[in-house]
Amino acid sequence: EFRRFSLERSKPGKFEEFYGLLQHVHKIPNVDVLVGYIDIHGDLLPINNDDNYHKAVSTANPLLRIFIQRKEDADYSAFGTDTMTRKKNVLSNVLRPDNHKKKPHIVISMPQDFRPVSSIIDVDILPETHRRVRLYKYGTDKPLGFYIRDGSSVRVTPHGLEKVPGIFISRLVPGGLAQSTGLLAVNDEVLEVNGIEVSGKSLDQVTDMMIANSRNLIITVRPANQRNNVVRNSRTSGSSGQSTESSLPSSTPNILANSLQGEEDSDEEDIIIEDSGEPQQIPKAAPTSESLESLTQIELLHESTQNGFLPSSEMNLNHSAGSVSMEYEVQDPDHKSLEEDGTIITL
Amino acid sequence: MRRFLRPGHDPVRERLKRDLFQFNKTVEHGFPHQPSALGYSSFLRLMAIGTRSGAIKLYGAPGVEFMGLHEENNTVMQIHFISDQCQLVTLLDDNSLHLWSLKQHSGASELREEHRFTLKGPPGSPPSATQITAVLAHSSREVLYLGTESGSIFVVELPSFRVLEDRTITSEAVLQRVPGDSCNRRSCELVEALREHPKNPDQILIGYSRGLIVLWDLQSSKAMHHFLGSQQLENLYWLRDGSKFISCHYDGSYTQWLVSSDNRQPEPLENLVPYGPFPCKAISKIYWQTTKNGLPYIIFQGGMPRASYGDRHSITVIHGSQQTAFDFTSRVIDFFIIFSSEPTAESDDPSAMVVLAEEELVVIDLKTAGWPAVQPPYLASLHCSAITCSHHVSNIPLKLWERIISAGSKQNIHASNMPWPINGGTNVAPDPPQRDLLLTGHEDGTVRFWDASGVCLHLLYKLSTVRVFLTDADPNDNMNTLGEDEWPPLRKVGTFDPYSDDPRLGIQKIYLCKYSGYLAVAGTAGQVLVMELNDEDAEHVVDHAEADLLQDQEGYRWKGHEKLKTRDGLVRFEAGFQPFVLIQCQPPAVVTSLALHSEWKLVAFGTSHGFGLFDHQQKRLVFVKCTLHPSDQLALEGPLSRVKSLKKSLRQSFRRIRRSRVSSRKRRGVGGNASEVQEANSKFDQDALQEMELAPVQRKIEARSAEDSFTGFVRTLYFADTFLRDSSRHCPSLWAGTNGGTVYAFCLRVPPAERRMDESVRAEQAKEIQLMHRAPVVGILVLDGRGTPLPEPLEVAHDLSKSPDMQGSHQLLVVSEEQLKVFTLPKVSSKLKLKLTALEGCRVRKVTVANFGSCKSDNYSENDLTVLTNLGDIQIISLPFLKLQIRYPCIRKEDVSGIASCVFTKYGQGFYLISPSEFERFSLSTKWLVEPRCVVGVPEVTSNNHAHKSGLENAARKS
Repeated sequence: EFRRFSLERSKPGKFEEFYGLLQHVHKIPNVDVLVGYIDIHGDLLPINNDDNYHKAVSTANPLLRIFIQRKEDADYSAFGTDTMTRKKNVLSNVLRPDNHKKKPHIVISMPQDFRPVSSIIDVDILPETHRRVRLYKYGTDKPLGFYIRDGSSVRVTPHGLEKVPGIFISRLVPGGLAQSTGLLAVNDEVLEVNGIEVSGKSLDQVTDMMIANSRNLIITVRPANQRNNVVRNSRTSGSSGQSTESSLPSSTPNILANSLQGEEDSDEEDIIIEDSGEPQQIPKAAPTSESLESLTQIELLHESTQNGFLPSSEMNLNHSAGSVSMEYEVQDPDHKSLEEDGTIITL
Repeated sequence: MRRFLRPGHDPVRERLKRDLFQFNKTVEHGFPHQPSALGYSSFLRLMAIGTRSGAIKLYGAPGVEFMGLHEENNTVMQIHFISDQCQLVTLLDDNSLHLWSLKQHSGASELREEHRFTLKGPPGSPPSATQITAVLAHSSREVLYLGTESGSIFVVELPSFRVLEDRTITSEAVLQRVPGDSCNRRSCELVEALREHPKNPDQILIGYSRGLIVLWDLQSSKAMHHFLGSQQLENLYWLRDGSKFISCHYDGSYTQWLVSSDNRQPEPLENLVPYGPFPCKAISKIYWQTTKNGLPYIIFQGGMPRASYGDRHSITVIHGSQQTAFDFTSRVIDFFIIFSSEPTAESDDPSAMVVLAEEELVVIDLKTAGWPAVQPPYLASLHCSAITCSHHVSNIPLKLWERIISAGSKQNIHASNMPWPINGGTNVAPDPPQRDLLLTGHEDGTVRFWDASGVCLHLLYKLSTVRVFLTDADPNDNMNTLGEDEWPPLRKVGTFDPYSDDPRLGIQKIYLCKYSGYLAVAGTAGQVLVMELNDEDAEHVVDHAEADLLQDQEGYRWKGHEKLKTRDGLVRFEAGFQPFVLIQCQPPAVVTSLALHSEWKLVAFGTSHGFGLFDHQQKRLVFVKCTLHPSDQLALEGPLSRVKSLKKSLRQSFRRIRRSRVSSRKRRGVGGNASEVQEANSKFDQDALQEMELAPVQRKIEARSAEDSFTGFVRTLYFADTFLRDSSRHCPSLWAGTNGGTVYAFCLRVPPAERRMDESVRAEQAKEIQLMHRAPVVGILVLDGRGTPLPEPLEVAHDLSKSPDMQGSHQLLVVSEEQLKVFTLPKVSSKLKLKLTALEGCRVRKVTVANFGSCKSDNYSENDLTVLTNLGDIQIISLPFLKLQIRYPCIRKEDVSGIASCVFTKYGQGFYLISPSEFERFSLSTKWLVEPRCVVGVPEVTSNNHAHKSGLENAARKS
C-alpha cells in the first residue's frame, strides 16, 4: 500500500504524533509498525524517536520515503542467519555500514527491539587461542542447541606433551542458538563455564553446570579451528575493521568478575503469584550483605545494556543512557570517530 | 551464635567447626553381600564371614564386631581360626594365605592383617602342585597343614609362613606306606579334607578326593590306617573320642569308620544314602556328635534326591528318630555346630547350628524341642524383600519404644528363647545416646522397624500393609504345611523372599510421628495408609477415600498399573500399627511425597500428577491440586509405558544387530564353510563392539522449560505454622515443591480442638512461586525469627523443643536440586541464595536439617543443613546464612543406588546402602558417634600346650 501525504518541514512535531498520523493514514490504529526512511545514501534508517524523526524530516529532498513494516512480520532472526553476515568473518560482531549500501534490503529494526543473543567477551584478557562466548537464552525461544562429550586434548606440561581428558562440543543443533551465532563449533574444547574451570569435572558435572547457567551461559572454549583467531587479532584483516584492540578500560578483570557473578543473577528472578493473582517477579529483599549490593548494581548495568545496540548515528544517545557499558560495547569515546557510521549488531 | 556465622575465614568459627563436624564411616549394618566363607572359633566364640570382595567380618556377642579387607579384593575361600589364639588364617581364591590377628590397642581390640603368603612349588612344577584345597590349623598353633590339588601336604610354620620342606607329606610317601594294590597314583590326587585326631595331635586324617582316607602319624611319618571309600570323598569328621570318624561322599552317602589298632585296613561300619535309593546330590559337609543320652546327632549338608529336590539348599539334622531337612532360601555357603568345647566333657552335646546361606544367617536351636530358629541380634537380612525406601526417627520416647517392642515380640512367639550362642568378646562401647528407629519400606508392602540406636541393627517389629488389599497371593499358600510323613522331611527356614507378589504393594514413603504414634505409609499404586498404634489385636473397617488428582483435566488416559483392590468389611489386624484410613490417588501413580501433621490430624500426599490433603480426623479429603502441565503426556501415561517403550527400543536394536548379522552370514555363506561364517560373525561382533565404543557419550545442553516432562511431579510436602498472608497473624500452611521448580503454598484453617469434629478444615492457595531455574524442589523449610527451623508437630507440646519465635519475621528456605534460596515471609522477596550446581556442577540429592553439638562444650549446638549431592559428597551448610561449612566425600558417584538410599538422622548421622543387604552408617558429628568398640580376651598359655610344643619339636628332629 502506498500513501502520499505532506508534512510541514519547519514544524514536524513529535514522533508520537507522526506515528499516530501514519496509523491514521493507513487505517491501522492498533497495529504496531516499524517506521523507516531512506536517507541520502540510500540506507534504510529507523524512525523511532523525536531525534531521528527530525533528522529524517530535515533530509527530505523534498520527498521523504517512509517504509512501514508490520512489527510481527519483521524477522529479527534474519540478522543472525543472514548469509551476508556469514560470508564475512564469523568472528566479527560488526556489520559494517557498507553492507547496507550493497544490500539495502536488510531491515534495521527498532533499537529498542535489539537484544543480545550472544557475544564474544574478554578478548583483551584471554589468550589468542581461547574464546569466551556468552549466550543469552532469555528473550528467545530458540534452543541453546548443542551437545558436549568427553575427549582428550594434548597439553604442554613441564614433562612434555601430555594427553589430558577434556570436554568438547560434539554437536550443534541446526537452527539452534549455538549454531546460529557461529561462535561455537563441533570439537571446540570447553575450558570454563561461567568462570569456573571444567578440568577435573565429569561430563555430567559440566552438563549440570551449563544447564544451571543456561539463562546466561558464558563458556570459554579453545576453538578447534584456530585459524580464525589469527584473523581476529590481525589488523590486516579487512573484514574486521571493527577492531577489538584494547579499547576497554584497564579495570576489565573486575568487570568480568562482576559480570560473571552478577549478571547471571539479574536475569533469573523467580516469579510469585499471590492469591492466584498476576505473576510478579520476586523482588530482592533489602540488601543486607555486600553481595546483594553488588547484585543490584549489576542489575542496573544490565538494563542499560539491554537496549544498548544502537546505530552509530545515535551514539551520543547511547552514551548518555548507559553510564557504564559492558562487554558488548567495545568502543570508547576516543574511538567514536572511527566508528561513526558503524552499526553494532551482536548475533 | 550470629558472630560465629559471619562469612569469611573467622578463626573462631574454624575452631568451632572442628568441634562440631567430623566424618566417619562407623559400622556396616545388615548382611554381608555375597558371603563366600565361614569360620568359627569355639575358643573365642567368634564367628568369621568372608565375602567375594575380600572382606572379612568377625562377630561375637552383640556389639562385638570387627572388619578387615584383603587388599586383593579376592574371594575369601576358607577361614580357619588358630586354636586358642586371637588369630585366623584366610585362604583367597588367588591361592594366597593371610594371617589376621586381634590385638588390643588403646582399650579396644583391632583386627589387623599380619602376614601374607603364597605357596610356591619347585621351579617348573604345575600350578596345581601348590593349589591349596584343604587347610588344617594344627592345635599346636605353630604349623598349618596345606593340602593341595597335587595330593601333597605342605607344612608351614606360623606366624612366619616358612615352609618346612622336610615335613612335606607327598603323595608318593603316602603311597609307599599304604599296602595293597587297590591304590595307585591317582588315588592320592587332590587332598579333600585334613582332620586332626581329637585326642592325639600327632595323627591327622587325610582324605583324598578319590575316596582314599589315610590316618597319618606325623612323628613316624607312617600311615597308621587306610580306609578305602568306594565313592568320591567330600568331607570327614572325627567322633569326639577319636575312635570313629565319618566320611561323606559325592553320591549322597555317608560312611562311618572304626579306627582300631588291630585292623589297619578296616571295612566301613555303616554306609548309608539317607535320601536314597534314587540318585542323590553330594553331601558336602557332615558332623557326627555325641550327646549325654547316647543318641548321636548326624548333621549334613546336601544329599537330596537329585531329580525332585536337587534344587533345594538343605541341611539335614538326624537325632534318633527325629529327622528334619532344613530348607534354606538361598545357597548354603557353610555351616557349623556350636557344641561343648570343654576338653574334659564326655560328649559334644550340640546346642545350636549356625548356617550361613548366601542371603541370610540362620541359627537353629538344637536344644529345644522342634528345633526352632533363633533370631540373630545382627546380620539381619535387610533385603529379605528389596528395600524401596527408608525413614529415620531419632530419639524415640520410651513409651512408644516399648509398645513397638511388645508388638514385635508377639510376632516372634515361635522363635527360640535361647540366648545368642555366639557370644565372644566384650562390648565396651558406651550405651547408645538415644533410642533411634530406622524404618525400611519394602517391595512386598511391609515396613520393618529396626533398632538403629547402636552397633547392632536388629528387627523390632514388622508391619505388613498387604491385609488391607485383595491380592492374587493366597494367604494359605504356605510351604510349611507339609504332611507329617512327607519325605524328605523338609522345613523352610529363613525370611529371605525376594519375590514380590504384586509390585504395586511396594512402600515408597514413610512418615512416623514419634509423639502420637501415628504412622503414614504410601506406596507404588498411589495408596496412602494412616495408622495408629494399638497394643491389642483388632478387627475393624478401614475407611476408604479416593483422591482424583487430575480433577478437570480432560483427555488423559493413564496407561500404568491399576489401583489396588481393597478388602471390604472388617479386617483383622494384629497388635501394632493398624490402618484406619486408606486414600487411593487417581491415577494410581507412585506416591512421591508424604507429610503427616499429627497435631492438626492432616496427611498430605503427592504423585506425579498433583497433591492432596486429607483430614484423617474427620476422614475427609480437604482438597487436591493438579500440578500437571497440559503437555506432559509422559507423566500421565505412567511408569509402565515408559518401560514398555524402552523395552521396545531395546528389542528393535537387538533386531537390527541380528538382522545385520544374518545378512553377513548370507553373504559369506554361499561358498564358505561353517568356520568361516563363525569367523565372520565374530569379526562382526568385534566391529559392532568397537563401533559402540567409538560412539561418544554426549549430553544435550538445554535450558529447562515449563514443557519438560514430569514437571508436575511433587517432590516435597511440608507443613508449617507461619506467616503466609500477613505479618500479624500466623496460620497453618501446607507447602509443596515440584520437579519443575514450582512451590505452592496453601493457607489452612484448622478448627480448634474442641470443634475439630464439627467444622471442616479449609484450604486456600495463597502463593505460588516459580523458580526461574526450574530445577526440582527437593526441600522446603520455614525458619523462625531466630533463624531456627520450625519444630516438628507436637515437639513443643512434649517439651522437647523451644517454641518457635513467632515475633520476628519468618523466612522460607527452598532447596532445589541446583540452589538453596531464602525468601522473606509473608511478602516473598529473595534474600539469600547458594548456587551449588552453577558453581560446582553438583546437584542436591538429599537434604535434612541436623543438630550438631560441640564435643567441647555441652551447651553449644547449632542447626545446619546436611546435603548429599549426586557426586556422593556430603556438604554441611549453615543456617540461616547458607554458608558452606565443610564437605566430605562419602559415596562413590557411580553408586547411584547408594546415593538414592541415603537417609540422614536429626543428629548428624546417616545410612546408605552399600549393597542390597547392607547399610553403611556414617557420622558427621563429633558428639554422636555409634561405632563398635570391643575387647576380645587374650588366651592364657597353659602347660598343656607346652607339652604339644615339645612333642612337635621331637617330631621335627626325628624326621
